[in-house]
Amino acid sequence: MAIDAATVRKVAHLARIKTPEDRLEPLAQELNGILKWIEQLDEVDIEGVEPMTSNVSQPLRLRDDVVTDGDKVADVLSNAPRSADGFFVVPKVVE
Amino acid sequence: MTDLTKLTLKGALDGMKARDFSSEEITRAFIANIDAANPSLNAYVVQTSDKALDMARASDARLAKGEGGALEGAPLGIKDLFCTDGVQTTAGSNMLRGFVPPYESTVTANLWADGAVMLGKLNMDEFAMGSSNETSAFGPVKNPWKSASSNADLTPGGSSGGSASAVAGDLCLAATASDTGGSIRQPAAFTGTVGIKPTYGRASRFGMVAFASSLDQAGPITKTVEDAAILLRSMCSFDPKDSTSLDIETPDWTQSLGLGVKGLRIGVPKEYVVDGMPDEIQALWDQGVAWLKAAGAEIVEISLPHTKYALPTYYIVAPAEASSNLARYDGMRYGHRAAAFSSLNDLYEESRAEGFGKEVQRRLTIGAYVLSAGFYDAFYVKALKVRRRIAQDFDNVWDKVDAILTPSTPSAAFALGDKQIDPVTMYLNDVFTVTANLAGLPGISVPAGLDSGGLPLGLQVIGKALDEATVFQVADVLEQAAGFTARPDKWW
Repeated sequence: MAIDAATVRKVAHLARIKTPEDRLEPLAQELNGILKWIEQLDEVDIEGVEPMTSNVSQPLRLRDDVVTDGDKVADVLSNAPRSADGFFVVPKVVE
Repeated sequence: MTDLTKLTLKGALDGMKARDFSSEEITRAFIANIDAANPSLNAYVVQTSDKALDMARASDARLAKGEGGALEGAPLGIKDLFCTDGVQTTAGSNMLRGFVPPYESTVTANLWADGAVMLGKLNMDEFAMGSSNETSAFGPVKNPWKSASSNADLTPGGSSGGSASAVAGDLCLAATASDTGGSIRQPAAFTGTVGIKPTYGRASRFGMVAFASSLDQAGPITKTVEDAAILLRSMCSFDPKDSTSLDIETPDWTQSLGLGVKGLRIGVPKEYVVDGMPDEIQALWDQGVAWLKAAGAEIVEISLPHTKYALPTYYIVAPAEASSNLARYDGMRYGHRAAAFSSLNDLYEESRAEGFGKEVQRRLTIGAYVLSAGFYDAFYVKALKVRRRIAQDFDNVWDKVDAILTPSTPSAAFALGDKQIDPVTMYLNDVFTVTANLAGLPGISVPAGLDSGGLPLGLQVIGKALDEATVFQVADVLEQAAGFTARPDKWW
């Protein structure tokens, strides 16, 4: 399943990375090289094998549903590209 | 007076406790080294010299009262992946340039609680994606080592290249690092230092900038195996803030040193002989086997049949997780925001195109592809199944062996720029290390010899989950047998 420029354009959009038209073809070639190398996984017998999502066999812990932190507006906003009056300032999104 | 910066962590801790010298003295000595060396080595991206001196004086006050923690007064370098309260943390990326966390990672908080002194933040591949430190937005780190046959600048490896270079170049007593596919062990091997990745879940990931969460694990890079045992103990802890943190005791691994390996069964996996591996690597491996045998270990040939699939599996799993983790960089709440954009979507795309470097963009694109509709089962789910096969390979040998010996890397350090043409060539660096990440096992790299050009080579010991004790036990014997005392000639 070779990747072409159109697929790269679609995937780059999924990844939300602006990719200029003249980069699509070289990127397609790079990705094809990597995917061709990955294709060797087709040789492995995975019949009946459960996907392994974690190395940790313990169940996820639950904690009491109580507030443990908060009231840190200044901290939360301290790295914002723009903020005002205790809010993040973002571009107008309703067009 | 002896050069304090050449001491081991253990030696420095003992010296300070005996009041032979103060934390302030040794801290000043390291700051002087960094000031002189960093323009050449580029190991530190941020120096926190004033903070270091304040911390050192506070340590000296505690030491004077006969108090102090396990790392009291020890000047350390911190990989720029660990969030440090009030000190810029970028993970080597322009995306986070200027980001100053208002909180501390659990690993570094543990170090400060034990009395350590922070010298600064160490350079790394961008978001830990790289094996040569060349993907850093702050430029590559240089290896203090040079080949006898060439004056070319060499990579210290990656992604913890700054950590490895700083330890090898006497720019800190020891350093924190992190390992997703080999990012502690490969740089340690390339710089003649010791690096251990503990069992997944030993060290908290809270406050570590995320790359691939099911693989990322913190660990130290140090000058000796004993130093690694000391620093790793301080780094590890149970942390309710990390859902995969293991609620278990952290042992005193220095107790595992000096025990020898008599009667231990050491596995030698035949699948770790890879095509094109230099004779010198095979010879070093054979030497390691001979050392352990001479020390009384039983050598057992084992088979880990899915080894060759580990890297391709990794290059699906890690980019997929990265694609999810790095979705948070949207230019809204923190991180880089593009100045010019035509729509909200355009703002996301422009900000990420400007903020992320080429390798990160490449991996995020692969990740989005293998997770996308129509390809999810064919790539991602399949990789997770092969991952289980790889983990089962190890499960199947633990009744026959107590630990496994392999080379750390398929080559010695290479020249900067050498492997940038083809991504897959670069990825092959992690061929011996990545299995331990996929299976969640502890692995250590110990300097064991020099190649024909006088560059360090490392041997890796992989252990059972939570059995760092045996890993340290074997590493200690390798270290004693190798008697590795070579140091880079100072050119910087």
